[in-house]
Order: sequence, then structure tokens, then C-alpha cells
Amino acid sequence: MQVKVRLHNPRRDLEIEGPITIINLLARLDLNREAVLVVRDGELVPGDESLSDGDSIEIRPVISGGAS
Amino acid sequence: MKCVTCRGPAIIDIRRHNSNFCAEHFIEQCQRQVRKAIDEFEMFTPEDKILVAVSGGKDSLAIWDLLLDLGYQVDGLYIGLGIGEYSDTSLEYARAYARTRDLHLVEVDVPSTFGFDIPNGSRAAKRVPCSACGLSKRHLFDDEAIKGGYDVLVTGHNLDDEAAVLFGNTLHWHTEYLGRQLPVLPAREGFPRKVKPLVRLAERETAAYCIVKGIDYLVDECPMAAGNKHLSYKSALNEIEAMSPGAKHSFYFGFLDRAAAFFEVEASIDREGLVACASCGAPTTSEICAFCRLVVRAGGQLPERTGVTAVPVDLGPTRTGSIQ
Repeated sequence: MQVKVRLHNPRRDLEIEGPITIINLLARLDLNREAVLVVRDGELVPGDESLSDGDSIEIRPVISGGAS
Repeated sequence: MKCVTCRGPAIIDIRRHNSNFCAEHFIEQCQRQVRKAIDEFEMFTPEDKILVAVSGGKDSLAIWDLLLDLGYQVDGLYIGLGIGEYSDTSLEYARAYARTRDLHLVEVDVPSTFGFDIPNGSRAAKRVPCSACGLSKRHLFDDEAIKGGYDVLVTGHNLDDEAAVLFGNTLHWHTEYLGRQLPVLPAREGFPRKVKPLVRLAERETAAYCIVKGIDYLVDECPMAAGNKHLSYKSALNEIEAMSPGAKHSFYFGFLDRAAAFFEVEASIDREGLVACASCGAPTTSEICAFCRLVVRAGGQLPERTGVTAVPVDLGPTRTGSIQ
């Protein structure tokens, strides 16, 4: 069992070996912390929290919008 | 991470404020920032009749929810743009929010009302999709707000939106746009007052607000927006923000404090000489307004009340640039 990670735009799933903190996970995936939120079971997960094998999270993009 | 207010476990960090918040105090923080924007820029009062433009995304649903919690009476306005499954899904999110809270949602469907959709219409009109979409929304926001007798139109533009538009307008020195990139645009003949109460919140915070409040919103990006300049400007600013927290806030609010006034004259010149569109009656600087020209070029049908069809209008040269 690894940490299951769902990403968007395009939607895809990854598995990452735990334990790993949110900050390190985002760095490993080359994601800017300003541009995403991490959600587990419908709740926000703070950056200093450590994920363990078996955890399932969603990395939700927050950047949106056209030019209007 | 501990909440800066209660020292309980925090759920989010806001680096530009050097603060962490638990769920309860994060919601209070969002309310405080919106109230501050409303008061500081004198956006509206509890007596005003308010219409909020709702897309089904995080920003518009967050501001609708925040304004209701702050005690304002607010109706919603949804514009269906005919972007396939994306539009269908976004409408469902807007309707679901309104239905569960027994709110009034005004709906305007562009394909069934005007006979074109954004993907095909923008192609036919030789316009960038985001440009055609923005033009249509702005026109219909104004139109519905005026028709409905609303005092003010609220949009969900957040700090990231405003900083990115400012970045683009500065890169290209669109001085006429810089002069009107303000949190409040006053009402004038044919235009409602337009306000942006989310300018003090980043979009990471509006998304977090929806998650904490249990508001379902459309997460996926509009398929037409992929690769547009606005998103690339946001990414560039987020790279700067990561290295220098508060940079976006300083950029935008510094502009408002120290630079916006320098562009007022140019913006006011742009507003002079408005006449009623010969087709729909909306204010325009030419005989036919930009929206009606788009409808015609996109192969659509102008509203029946005008009696104008897609044939006899002299459209002039096609514009392909995006309007900021």
C-alpha cells in the first residue's frame, strides 16, 4: 500500500511511497503550493502533515479562469 | 501548524499574512477580508439589491455564500455559454447551490437565446474563445442587471485574477484598461455598478473556503481556457509569490494606491461618445455594439425584440485580440 494521489487537469492517479509530508510531496511533483490544495476525505490537509502508506488524497488545482 | 487565533490545529497556512488558521477562524478571516473590501471601496449597503454572476466555480459560489452570511440579499445570475459538458456541469453546480439554500438564480442560455455557442461561434467570428466568452458575459451581466433593476453586479474576481490582469495590461501597456481596473466601477447610463468583493482573497483561499463550508463546485478548468495568457500570467505570479509571499497583494494594491489615478484620463476618454447600439440598445462607441457584432459573425440570431437578423450589419474589420 502506498499513498494514493489524484491529480486534475488532466485527471490522473499516482501512487507515492510514504511516509511523506505534504510540502515534500508537492515539491516532488513540482507543484507550486500557491496553486493547489490537498484534500483528504473532503477536508483540507495542512502542509506540515505527514502522509502514510494507505492514505488517499486529492491535489486540487485552484488556478482558474479565462481572460474575462 | 497552529491557528494564529486559538492555537488549535490549523488546516491552512496563508503565507502572505504569515498566519495559519483552523476551520472556524479561517472562515472568519475570509468574512473579515470581504467585509473590509466592501467597506474600504464603498461597494454596496445592505439596502442594495445585489446580483452575483455565478459560474458554478469556487469564486462565484464562495462570494455568494460569503455575502449571504454577511447579511446581504443576493440573487444569482448564470450565463450558459454552450461549452458542451463543461457548461452542463457548471449549471448543475450553480443550480444545486441555489436550490439547497432556496435562492433565486436567473439563467440565460446563449445557444438557445442567441443561436450560437462559444466553441463554434468564436471560431466563426475569428475570435479567441476566452475573448468571445468574456465579451458575451460582460454584455449579458450588464443587460440582466439593468433589466432586473439591481443596484449592483458582483463578480467573483479574486486577488489572483486582478493581479494577473494587471500583469498582462502592464506588460502590454494597455493604459485604457489600466484606468478602469478598479474594484468598483460606478453605474452610468446603461451600465450597473460593478464590484469585486473578493479582491482581498487569493483563489487558494476561495477554494479552501468552499471545501471548508462543504460547497460543491466545478473543479475542472474550462476546456477552452487551456493555454491562455491569463493562466500563464497567474502561474508566473505564483512563482514570484512562492519566493516572496505577499508579492501579488503588493502589486495589485500598490497599483490601486499609487498608480491607477494616472490612467483615469485615458479611461474616461474611452468612455466618451457612447451611443445606444442600433440593435440592442446597449451603450457602445459604434453603431452596433461588440456583442451584437459577435452574434452576427458567429452565425447567431439577434434577439427578437430588435428585429435585426444576421445579414444587414456592416461589421468592419474582425478583431482577434482578447479584451482584458
